[in-house]
Amino acid sequence: MKNICFYFQVHQPLRLKRYRFFDIGQDHYYYDDFQTEDRLKTLVEQVYLPANRTIAEMIRSSNGKFRCAFSISGIALEQLEQHAPEVIDSFKELSKTGCIEFLAEPYAHSLSSIFDESEFIRQVNMHADKIDGLFGKRPTSFFNAELIYSDEIGELVSKMGYKTMMVDEAKHVLGWKSPNFVYTHSYIPKLKLLVRNHKLSDDLAFRFSNRSWSDFPLTAEKFIDWIVKTPDDEKVINLGMGYEVFGLIQQTYTGIFEFLKALPYHAMEHHVNFMLPSELSKKYEPAGALSVTYPMCWVGNDKDLTPWTGNDLQQEALTKLYAVGERVRLCSDKPLLHDWLMLQSSDHFRYMSHKDPYGTNYETAYDAFMNYMNVLADFLDRVDAQYPTTIDNEELNELLKTINQQEIEIETLENEIKKLKSKKDKLANGK
Amino acid sequence: MKALMFGWEFPPHILGGLGTASYGLTKGMAMQPDMEITFVIPRPHGDEDQSFLKILGACNVPVVWKENDWNHVNHRIGQMMHPDEYFRLRNGIKYDFNRIYTNDLGCIDFSGRYPDNLIEEISNYEAVASVLAHQLDFDIIHSHDWLTFPAGVFAKQISGKPLVIHVHATDFDRSRGQVNPIVYGIEKRGMDNADHIMTVSDLTRRIVIEKYHQDPRKVTTVHNAVDPLPDAGSFTKTPRNDKVVTFLGRITMQKGPEYFVEAAYRVLQKTRNVRFVMAGSGDMMNEMIDLVAKRNIADKFHFTGFLKGRQVHEMLAESDVYIMPSVSEPFGISPLEAMQVGTPSIISKQSGCAEILTHAIKTDYWDIDAMADAIYAIVKNPAMHKSLQELGRDEVNNIRWQDAGLKVRGIYESVM
Repeated sequence: MKNICFYFQVHQPLRLKRYRFFDIGQDHYYYDDFQTEDRLKTLVEQVYLPANRTIAEMIRSSNGKFRCAFSISGIALEQLEQHAPEVIDSFKELSKTGCIEFLAEPYAHSLSSIFDESEFIRQVNMHADKIDGLFGKRPTSFFNAELIYSDEIGELVSKMGYKTMMVDEAKHVLGWKSPNFVYTHSYIPKLKLLVRNHKLSDDLAFRFSNRSWSDFPLTAEKFIDWIVKTPDDEKVINLGMGYEVFGLIQQTYTGIFEFLKALPYHAMEHHVNFMLPSELSKKYEPAGALSVTYPMCWVGNDKDLTPWTGNDLQQEALTKLYAVGERVRLCSDKPLLHDWLMLQSSDHFRYMSHKDPYGTNYETAYDAFMNYMNVLADFLDRVDAQYPTTIDNEELNELLKTINQQEIEIETLENEIKKLKSKKDKLANGK
Repeated sequence: MKALMFGWEFPPHILGGLGTASYGLTKGMAMQPDMEITFVIPRPHGDEDQSFLKILGACNVPVVWKENDWNHVNHRIGQMMHPDEYFRLRNGIKYDFNRIYTNDLGCIDFSGRYPDNLIEEISNYEAVASVLAHQLDFDIIHSHDWLTFPAGVFAKQISGKPLVIHVHATDFDRSRGQVNPIVYGIEKRGMDNADHIMTVSDLTRRIVIEKYHQDPRKVTTVHNAVDPLPDAGSFTKTPRNDKVVTFLGRITMQKGPEYFVEAAYRVLQKTRNVRFVMAGSGDMMNEMIDLVAKRNIADKFHFTGFLKGRQVHEMLAESDVYIMPSVSEPFGISPLEAMQVGTPSIISKQSGCAEILTHAIKTDYWDIDAMADAIYAIVKNPAMHKSLQELGRDEVNNIRWQDAGLKVRGIYESVM
């Protein structure tokens, strides 16, 4: 009995507008609303609505046997709430069927898991709160942004109470092991790891409509057949991809939606089940532990962090950004806190890559760097204005604590005074 | 393979990119073992590097028969041309060129520069070409830039050997669209009669095809390269408080100097510890000095005058940023020279070198805001400077004249 675990990433960053150095200090709004909304509309019309409808139909036609999971970033949720609430409604409908699961990720789809632990924890909680608020469910499984994973990150995630985490199939980690088993964290056995089947996922995501691919055309029957033909003891096939595969990377004319609709039927014919990540990790015993000392992800051939941190430009930007993390968390200015989240999305740094800037709207990596750094300069000025960097973080913290403490004391004393006054009044009246 | 090349400049006495490109290309081609090059220029000075080719001075080629004895010839031009060769060439005078004013040896006194009677000199060059075409042995004729096209065409007509022309620039670049009809005529005639046309960039290639109505199959782009600088490490940057942003080139309309001044003005409004340098001379120099004064940035703006030889590399190395805001640049070798000594470059998208460089910032020549933004970013962000410096240097070290030379050889063989 084979099990397919489908999971989809839904994310779009807030695009920055053209921000020149003379705007620094003058203009505190960094976003290109037109571009963001435009791109979102395309995604909504070509991907989110049609794909959600298809999945709803698949759930109906299979009587609830079809299941899948979604990881929707906080930034994407905000954009959908603002520009396309019908998509949120569509997800709510899907959620009601009980056949989909929402996965947790850092709110801003950020690299905070690598650079700023406290920020990471904060963002994960923010995200879980948001998902709970919208859909009434708190996630129990984790899909870190860009499937970034390491033993350290796994430890953090487990401490926050998550039981399952998605990781990618990286040759240097798995070696000869097959991805089609459940694994555990290197030294925390209760954290289960589900390894994405890289060949099958990419076959569907990228090669589906490629006429020169040796396996073109890929039908649902053929795909299920491949799954059935995997060795008997391999029970778990994890297929993870960006949700844009359905309608944008593979456009409607390629027949991708028809492929999806036919999947449940062929799966049932061959006793192949669909499972949610949380169900899978409970059902099967792990086949071993995976040791990942250096962070890995799902991009590129090396599957390491070079697409976001590989060159000097990216290092500089990330260092400058995360240097003020602690200070920003002490602020209470809402726009500042919101900008702090938006500026952290991993995409900004991806666009600074010379080799592989997926999804960029900039002409060159230098262009991306210059624009981002100008925006960051203005942002850092604002943080400084709130809490000048001349004061040490610790000192600041202490001062704030004292102030808060004193506020509480004052409140308590005021209450006492009230009580005593009323006693006095009572006694005076009683006389 | 014997190539007869007609040029106009050769280092060290150069006036612009043509000389540098001629030197680089011939040196790159000379690496091919069976390549023999004879390079004709109007007026050599005798101190040219002839280790990899033969320089022939047009001013030493007789076009009118005059009686002279061996010793007299030796005395007059012996250090640049062997008298035996003079006499041999003299036998190649088949036409009556008495209308041209010649000296006692029957040779023409070319200026070797770009004088007011340039058209006349170009026509005289043709006469020299005819003598050479009769007496020299070669497989192919290669004409560099429009000044030598008539000479190349005449040589082809006489010898029957194929002619390839090398378009280093067109009048459209030089004049921002207001072409001189006489120059256009010379350029077009050269292109029409050539067996193949080589351009230094895709930008120039498009102009040749569209404005000169040439068949695209006859036009190939051979990008220029840069001469390797073995002592690149010897050019160091003196540590300073202020950053230095440099414009190095002819101060003329084609190079967009006014955009540089305007960008400087914008940057100086936001940050004061940057200095701007305009190195070079030209017909717009005084206008630029006036503009600088008008914008009140004269305290941070410096003019150095014409720089040559090692001074150029020194100036580039001392700079933190190099800018080339050219309105229309067929190629532009100077950004590559800057990147060789580790100076990040900002180039206009309307230049040929933008086609082959990744690690340089590209802006439209008129986009002063983008240029100022780029200057500010490089000056304020050490990571940006480092990235452009290191990756730029690696990139430029891989752009070699040998590769261009091989491409040219391929074209030679295709027309023979």
